[in-house]
Amino acid sequence: MVKKIIAKFEVEYLQVLKHNGRFYPNLIPKLPESDIQKMYELMLLSRKLDEKMLALQRQGKIGTFAPVKGQEASTVGSAYAMGYQDWFFPSFRENPAYITRGLPAEFTLLYHGGDERGNQITPGVNAFPIAVPVGSQTLHAVGFAYGLRLQGKDSACITYFGDGATSEGDVNEAMNFAGVFNLPVVFICQNNQYAISLSRKNQTNAETIAQRAIGFGIKGIQVDGNDIFAVYRATKEALERARNDEGPTLIECVTYRMADHTTADDSSRYRSSREVSFWKKRDPLLRLELYMLKKKIQNYNYFDDIEDVISERVESIVARGESYPPPNVEDIFKFTYKEMPWFLKEQLEELKKTIK
Amino acid sequence: MVKKKKQIKKKSKQKNVLNMVEALNQALFQEMNQDEDVVILGEDVGLDGGVFRVSDGLQKKYGKERVIDTPLAESGIVGFSIGMAAAGLKPIAEIQFSGFLYPAVNQIISHASRLRNRTRGAYTCPLVIRAPCGGGIRALEHHSESMENIFIHTPGIKVVMPSTPSDAKGLLISAIRDPDPVIFYEPKRVYRSIKEDIPKESYEIPLGKARISREGTDVSILTWGSVVKDCNEVADSLKEKVSVEVIDLRTLKPLDIETVIESVKKTGRVVIVHEAPKTSGFGAELIALINEKALLDLQAPVIRVTGFDTIFPLYKLEKHYMPNHDRIMKGINDVLNY
Repeated sequence: MVKKIIAKFEVEYLQVLKHNGRFYPNLIPKLPESDIQKMYELMLLSRKLDEKMLALQRQGKIGTFAPVKGQEASTVGSAYAMGYQDWFFPSFRENPAYITRGLPAEFTLLYHGGDERGNQITPGVNAFPIAVPVGSQTLHAVGFAYGLRLQGKDSACITYFGDGATSEGDVNEAMNFAGVFNLPVVFICQNNQYAISLSRKNQTNAETIAQRAIGFGIKGIQVDGNDIFAVYRATKEALERARNDEGPTLIECVTYRMADHTTADDSSRYRSSREVSFWKKRDPLLRLELYMLKKKIQNYNYFDDIEDVISERVESIVARGESYPPPNVEDIFKFTYKEMPWFLKEQLEELKKTIK
Repeated sequence: MVKKKKQIKKKSKQKNVLNMVEALNQALFQEMNQDEDVVILGEDVGLDGGVFRVSDGLQKKYGKERVIDTPLAESGIVGFSIGMAAAGLKPIAEIQFSGFLYPAVNQIISHASRLRNRTRGAYTCPLVIRAPCGGGIRALEHHSESMENIFIHTPGIKVVMPSTPSDAKGLLISAIRDPDPVIFYEPKRVYRSIKEDIPKESYEIPLGKARISREGTDVSILTWGSVVKDCNEVADSLKEKVSVEVIDLRTLKPLDIETVIESVKKTGRVVIVHEAPKTSGFGAELIALINEKALLDLQAPVIRVTGFDTIFPLYKLEKHYMPNHDRIMKGINDVLNY
């Protein structure tokens, strides 16, 4: 009888910027100060837009949406690492990624205001629309990456999903396909600790989500998801490996959903205020602010002023969203197939007869 | 020069007698040849040529990059194909048996069918999902069902089911070239049971067009899939007494409503024959459409001869589940003697 260890694995963790603003200098990404400031402003814009959307939802001006508060570093940091030729496939809590990649921010207001035109992606943004069925989008990223490679394109794909999604078959199938075909895909798990009410530790008995990668024979790493430098660095490296045909990577961003799951949720039912305040001290914006002050990238005056500047931007985004004329009733039918079949033409005509 | 001409003439006279598997295989070869973006993927489709050999020889000719043996995961195969289609490829995904399509239903209903609509036409999903379907071949459990109505009921999806080698080839070529997602059901009872001399060159049979398989004036049979053959045989056996029109719908969505209604108006008597379960089967929708468009032309209530609302039996009893000759005959008698 032979009994021996035939394989051993390790799980890497990366943190660059600690929550108190102190950092590991050798790990700071080589970015111009202007980029760091831009990253901060994108995070702040996401935060302010989130707050505004919450107000609009409470006023009945938009419908249910999933706030992203608390996850700005993991989303902006990873999207900022993308090259112009790369693509991303988000779930439903990645609005900062769209903003970072240049999608007009009013689109999200349109979409959540019940107008499908908000799902359109402007050319060059290189993204799929949001995916509501949990984890289902990860397969699209993998297939898309295969398509790009077959067409000789030098692009990589990012797909975002949550800790809850790691229990879905599709996410596991996607990582497996990516591994088997050695595809240029970066899987970014936004481990925000909750899938609605189910905590991360009840989602899986695995110690980390990053270690899931081992089972699929792909690279996995856990990063401090509230540390924008760690997220940026890990994503940048993973994308470069992907483009160099070195295979997919799973990045687990350990972060925290500071808001409710959606506007229809009440998170006080399943988590303590003590826990919430623990994470509040780890707010990703606060951390970068401390760093920028310490490195004299900006001073206190800037941080006083920028709030107002961004708030004004949010107001103009809302105004642009509200300026859209209402959608046409034909639009319900027009995009079901390329050519409208007879039965849809009939149904549209019937509907029109009842519209005064 | 003259000699060459003669050769071509001789060649075109060469017969191309194929069964459905071979006809589908020929269609795949021709489409892969004419469009580099066409790719084939699924379980055992490459090295093994598919468990029914529909993709036989393709990987050898077009390589592993375009004829892809995937891991065993149906949702994975379809979700992966959606991404490929959006990236500009024309994937043909094989699901080994239609009974294994269900893990992929979420990807089909939540994504493939909706991508065009969700993006107001900016992103599309020109994807074909091939799936052998239906009973009558003494198969293992889960290998005999006809659940096409799930997808006929799904907005944004087209559903095709050929019943002959000739239609299989032309419809598959049309499905591959179609800009929308198509579920392409292949009745495996027909795979090797019918041979036809079909055009060797590539040809399209448009989606949404039925085929009048037998012309008649007394009663219309509306049918599709493997039971078209049975309906034809029954119609032929009754030739001296009753003039039966057999319409093979071929495409279930979008349905060829004109051909259906024209026939109903001509005969006034309709029998619908399908393998799928009766309740909420596509036959029910056909009756509703006939009522909407030709109620006063009917001489008798429409009769349905279908599979039952039961689990498909294992093979010792399957001949009773299938709409067999006796049951089709009874349906015709009932509608004539109303």
